[in-house]
Amino acid sequence: MAAPVRSMDKTSAESLSSNNTSFQKKTKSKLISIPGTRPSVQNGQLLVSTGVTSLDYLLGGGLAVGTVLLIGEDRYDSYSRMILKYFLAEGVVCRHELFVAAAQDNPDDILQELPAPILDDVAIPKAVEQPRLPCEPRDSLEAMNIAWRYQNLPKVQSFLASSSRFGHYYDVSKTMEPEIRLASKSRNILRVGLHSLGSALWGDDLSCHDNPKHRHALTTFLYGLRALMRSSLSVAVVTLPSHLIQDRALMGSITRLCDNAIALESFKGSERETNPLYKDYHGLLQVLQVPHLNCLASQLPDHKDLAFKLKRKQFSIERLHLPPDLSETVSRVSRGELAGSPVSACGSGAPGTKHLDF
Amino acid sequence: MFTELNSILNASPDSITPGELIVVSDRQSDASFLVHHFLSFYLRARCKVCFLGLVQSFCHYSAVSQRLGLSLTQAKERGQLVFLEGLKDSLSILIPQERNAESQAMDFLQDPAAGLRSLYEFVQSSVTGSGSSEDWGPPVLLVDDLSVLLSLGVSAGAVLDFSHYCRATICSQLQGNMVMLVRCSGEEEEEDGDEGSERLLKGLTHQCTLTLHVQGLPTGFCKDIHGQVEVCRRRRRGDLQHNQNKLFQYKVHDKGASFFARGTSSAVL
Repeated sequence: MAAPVRSMDKTSAESLSSNNTSFQKKTKSKLISIPGTRPSVQNGQLLVSTGVTSLDYLLGGGLAVGTVLLIGEDRYDSYSRMILKYFLAEGVVCRHELFVAAAQDNPDDILQELPAPILDDVAIPKAVEQPRLPCEPRDSLEAMNIAWRYQNLPKVQSFLASSSRFGHYYDVSKTMEPEIRLASKSRNILRVGLHSLGSALWGDDLSCHDNPKHRHALTTFLYGLRALMRSSLSVAVVTLPSHLIQDRALMGSITRLCDNAIALESFKGSERETNPLYKDYHGLLQVLQVPHLNCLASQLPDHKDLAFKLKRKQFSIERLHLPPDLSETVSRVSRGELAGSPVSACGSGAPGTKHLDF
Repeated sequence: MFTELNSILNASPDSITPGELIVVSDRQSDASFLVHHFLSFYLRARCKVCFLGLVQSFCHYSAVSQRLGLSLTQAKERGQLVFLEGLKDSLSILIPQERNAESQAMDFLQDPAAGLRSLYEFVQSSVTGSGSSEDWGPPVLLVDDLSVLLSLGVSAGAVLDFSHYCRATICSQLQGNMVMLVRCSGEEEEEDGDEGSERLLKGLTHQCTLTLHVQGLPTGFCKDIHGQVEVCRRRRRGDLQHNQNKLFQYKVHDKGASFFARGTSSAVL
């Protein structure tokens, strides 16, 4: 069921025989030549973009070459598939080699759905345009008549982006032209995309039984995958239907065998879809794990409450902000209903149906 | 080597307590910074170190040690450090066509049910072998991390057997030290929790002389405090056995970690 865009065997054999791991600190002169990569500011690690600028920012600048990113799928697998397609599209634009494997549908189908790149480089992301509140002054220079103490406070920036640009922007409403997906260079990064690993279609019983017989098959595979990634110039994105796996201990060891781990939870089909608190977003995103490679401290994101939304052309991740309560007469009842949703308004993530009284 | 941790543990590289088994564990947190501490600690103490690096590549450990002021490559060349790179060695077993009979340490991958005899033999030969000219101190075994063996299909009983054999050889016979990392997930009280690593942790805690248990903050995520570590030392004085528990919060920096009493972080005060 695997569809290597170029022959996979050649790539792995080639990179394994040159016996260096991708975890060495790279000297600039040697590797700056690979397109679509840049060294990390923190540890000199070679990074590639995931295609989603805000996700790059969350993961400390991008995916380090030689690591595995685990994406916990949302229930209908629409947004996790979207991130996977972004990842592959970025590889196509940077002329990296791709390896796609999927059990549910033909990997060629995934490749045909890749979003079209916006290649004019001056394009400023539309994400910068914030949904402004009606009461917010349009011009920040405008002097405040009331609440003037807040005049000098910096504007809250809810979209996530680093100052320098890395990666490309894509238009998800269009698909990529098939001609773009052809050419490739000799010594290059290999991007591996594995779709819905652990689902029953791969012959795994992890998601079907409480006590799976082959509970070590997937973890052993992930260990081998990490070993393979570390010894070659490649980077992998694995999506996994984590909501199907009942055994949390197993899920924990799966997460620890990947380097980065994020989980998506979409509002689709849940009662939160109609909840006015979340009307600006399509789902919540959790960063479960960030790696610490070549250094002691890991790059934890400074904000844990994250939400994603799919605009007409673009997928983006933002800080979760609750909308202001604008109604003039707020009854206690409706406030109680709003705060009763599992993520409390101050975003501590503590479940419960407590009222927020302040 | 974190000097603050040394003063907490009352240890210094100049005087090593013989026969210690240190268990480092974590739950929904990451305790691997402590492994780097112990690696540099024992290398500074001029011990003969055997390191089973199962989860990361040698370059990672080497780069971190460089920041802590030690060169692993030099230690390897001098014969002080024996390093097993589990990821690299497992490839030759998982992809059999490039099989080279260098080391049999990871042979358990072929048949995980058979136990960890090959790994123990590797440990034994590397701590007793005297291939170097210099005379090193007592042998030390460090494992990062033991629970990945469970993920590879080895049963918890087999891992406990392995650690018991190692303890008999290193701690009792050769009067050396052992440091083992076990990573758990999930809640402690949970009934259907992680049977394997839970059982492993209990078994090791029963044998050990010192445990360092790392957890996230119970109050939730904080940028300036990365978690708390519980230090529990078992002392035998005559027949009376009493435990000493201490709880510290910590923050990991670029080149070390700082430990402080609860609520005394500079971010709070």
